[in-house]
Amino acid sequence: MESIDLFSSLWAYLQSYDFIALLLKLIFILIIGPGLVPIMVWLERRGSAMIQGRMGPNRVGPLGLLQALADVLKFFAKEPFVPGTANKFYYNLAPIIAAVAPLAAFAAIPFGGTVLFDGYETNLQLSNLNIGILAALAFAGLEVYPIMLAGWASNNKYAVLGALRGASQMISYEIAMGLALIAMFLIYGTVDMNQMVAWQGESLFGILPRWGLFVNPLAAMIFLIGIFAETNRMPFDLPEGDAELVAGYHVEYGSTKFAMFFFAEYVAMSMAAALFVTLFLGGYGLLPGMEALAQYLAQVFQLEALGLHNLKTFLGVGSFLMKLCFMLFFYIWVRWTVPRFRFDQLMNLGWRILLPIGLVNLVFTAIAIYFIGSSL
Amino acid sequence: METLLKNDLVTPLQDYYNPNVLLNLGPSHPAMHGTLRVMCRVNGETIEDASCEIGYLHRAIEKLAENKTYHQWIVYTDRLNYCSALANNVGYVMAVEDVMGITITERCMYIRMICLELARVIDHIICVAINALDLGAMTVFWMLYTWREQAYTIIEGMCGMRLTTSYARIGGMAYDLPENFQAEMKIFLEGLPKTLDDVEKLLSANRIWVDRTKDVGILTAEECLGFGLTGPVARASGVDQDLRRDRPYYNYSDLDWDVVVATKGDVYDRYLVRMEEMRQSLKILKQLCAKLPGGSIWTEDSRVLIPKKKDVYEKMEVLIHHFKIFMEGIDVPPGESYRAIEAPNGELGYYVVSRGGPKAWRIKIKSPSLALFQSYEHSIKGAKIPDAIAILGSLNIIAGELDR
Repeated sequence: MESIDLFSSLWAYLQSYDFIALLLKLIFILIIGPGLVPIMVWLERRGSAMIQGRMGPNRVGPLGLLQALADVLKFFAKEPFVPGTANKFYYNLAPIIAAVAPLAAFAAIPFGGTVLFDGYETNLQLSNLNIGILAALAFAGLEVYPIMLAGWASNNKYAVLGALRGASQMISYEIAMGLALIAMFLIYGTVDMNQMVAWQGESLFGILPRWGLFVNPLAAMIFLIGIFAETNRMPFDLPEGDAELVAGYHVEYGSTKFAMFFFAEYVAMSMAAALFVTLFLGGYGLLPGMEALAQYLAQVFQLEALGLHNLKTFLGVGSFLMKLCFMLFFYIWVRWTVPRFRFDQLMNLGWRILLPIGLVNLVFTAIAIYFIGSSL
Repeated sequence: METLLKNDLVTPLQDYYNPNVLLNLGPSHPAMHGTLRVMCRVNGETIEDASCEIGYLHRAIEKLAENKTYHQWIVYTDRLNYCSALANNVGYVMAVEDVMGITITERCMYIRMICLELARVIDHIICVAINALDLGAMTVFWMLYTWREQAYTIIEGMCGMRLTTSYARIGGMAYDLPENFQAEMKIFLEGLPKTLDDVEKLLSANRIWVDRTKDVGILTAEECLGFGLTGPVARASGVDQDLRRDRPYYNYSDLDWDVVVATKGDVYDRYLVRMEEMRQSLKILKQLCAKLPGGSIWTEDSRVLIPKKKDVYEKMEVLIHHFKIFMEGIDVPPGESYRAIEAPNGELGYYVVSRGGPKAWRIKIKSPSLALFQSYEHSIKGAKIPDAIAILGSLNIIAGELDR
C-alpha cells in the first residue's frame, strides 16, 4: 500500500509546478553551462585569430560556427587509447570528475531573479542552498582532483610534473581567493548569492552601480587573478605548459577522455566567470539603463505589475549573460596577450604578493565596516 | 658489454644510481626544435645534471660533398640551417670561388648581400617568434610570422623556392632579381619595423616576459669565448665581434650600420640583440636596394660561365665546354680555402679542399649551432625546466646545422 502512496505522490510531484520549473531551470543550466563551450571554443579561435591577424576556422558552417561540433565528432571517432602502464581506474575516473565538478557548481549560482507565474514564485537558481557561494566554491575546488588523478594515473613523468604544478597552484591561489571572498562577505553581510545581488542593486554615490568591483576593487582584482589560476588559464596554464611539459597532466589522454578535459576546462571557465559576475559585477542585477528600458517596454506593451516583474527578470537574465560573455571574452583577451609565468614566479605571486594584499584588504575592510557600517 | 651500455652509452650522466628522476627532453618534444635530446636529472623542477646528445639529424652532408660535384652540393647547404638557406648558399659558393680565384660582378655581390641580410632577418624572426611561442606568447609568433611570409614571397620570386632556395651559383646567381622585387621589398622594409615596434610593446616591458627572461641562462663573455660561441648569442654577452665588420667580405664596410652588442648575456639580452639586429639588417637592405647596380650577374670567367645557347649551336669548342660543365662539372684547381660569413646564428665557415677535378676532396663546415649546443648543457644545470625551454629558444639551435 505504502509503495502505491509513494508512487502516486511521486506522480503528483512530477506533475507539479515545482518539478516543471526545476526541469526548465535544469535545461537552462545545461544550455548555458555546456552549451557555452562550443560558443567559447568558437570565440576563442576566431577571437585569437582576430587578435593575431589570421582568419581562424571558417569552413564548417557559417563563419565556422560548427567547427566545435566537427571537433567533437572527431574526438569521438578516435581510438580510446589507454597506456598499458596507467592505473586504469583512476585514469578513467579523472575526466569524469573534471566534467562533473564545475557543472555541479553551476547549480548554486543564480542566473536571474524570480518569475511570478500562476501564483507561484520561482527562483531562477537550480538550488538555493543556505550556504550559498560556499557550495559553488567547494565544487570549484574539486577541479584539482582530476588534475592530480590524471597526472598520477597516467604514469608519465611530464604528467606527474603537471599534476604537481596544478595541485600547488590550486592551494596557493585558493587562500588568496578565500581572503578576498571573506572581505566581500563582510561587506554584503551574507553568503546567500541572491542577497548579494540585491545588495549590489543599489547605486553608489548616485552614479555608479554598487557593484563589488567598485566597492572593493582590490578584492575583485585578487579574485580575478585567482579564477585565472584556478581554471588553469593563461598566464597560469602551467599544469598544461604545452611548450615545457608537452601537455602536462593530460598528455596521455586522447579521444573522448581528452574531449572531457577540454570540455571541463571551458565549463570551469564559465562557472568561475559566473561567480565573478555574481560577486563583483552585480550578478543578474540590471545593467545601467535597463531599468528605464523595462519601464518603457512596460508602457509600450501595457504591462501590469506582474508583467513588469517578469520582464525585469528576463532582462536580468540577459544582463547576467552579457556580463558573463564579457568575462569570457576577457579570458580570451588575456590569454592571447601575455606570456606564461614560470612556476616559482607563480608561487611567489600567490604567497608573497596576493596573500599579504588579501590579508591587508580583509583587515582594512573589517575596520571600515566597523566605523561606517555595511550600508555605505 | 653490459657495463659499457649502462655507463657510457645509455646515460653519460655522472651519477647513474641517483634516485632523482631522469627526464628526457626530446628528441621528440615540442620545444626541442627538431631533434635535440637532453637527458636531465631533475629534482622537482630543477635540473641538477644534464647531458646533451646530438646526431638525431645526421645526414652525412660533409661526406656527400666528396661524391657530388661542386654545383650538386649547393642543394645540401640549404638543409643546414633551413631557416636561413640563402646565407648558407652564399657562404659555400664564396669558399669555392676563393679556391678558383673568381671575382664576381658588382650586381651579383649586391644580390648576395641582400640574400645574406634577408636570411638574417627571417632567421631572427623565427628565433624571437619561437622563443615567444615557447614562453606562451603566441600572438607575437603570428605577428612576426606574417612578415616571414612576406619575406618568403620575396625569396620565392628570386629563386622559385621558399625554404630550400639553392639560389647562389659558383660565379653568379641562378636567376636575376624579378621585376617586382623592389616593390615587394618596399612592403617588407616598411611593414616589418612597425611589427617590431608592436612586438617590443608587447614583450620588452611586459613584466611576465621580463621575469621569464632576465637573469636566465646567463653566459659571460669568457664562457662564450670558451665555448666558441659566435653571433648574436656572443654579442649579447658583450663579445664585440661581427665578421661583417671584423673580417670584411663584400662591401659591408661601405654601408652604414652598427654591430649590436649587449652586456649581460641572458635570454632577455639575446632577444634585444636579435630585435635590434633585425632593424640593422633592414637598414642594410634599404641601402642595398637603393644602390643596386645594373649589369650582369655572372662573372666572365669561362670556367664557370655557362656559354650562350647561340654559341653552343655555332661553335665546336663552346659546345664541348658546355657539355663538360654539365656532364662533369666545373674543374676546380688544387687548393684550399676557408671562408666564413656572419650567418644569422654566428660564424658559418666552409673549409673547401680541392685536389683538382669536379669534386671536392673534403668540405668541412664550421657551424655555429654545434658550439651553441655544447654551451646548452652548461646553461641549464641548476635551472628549471621552463628556463631550459627559454634558453634553448634564445640560442636558436637548428638541428640541421648542428648534426649536418
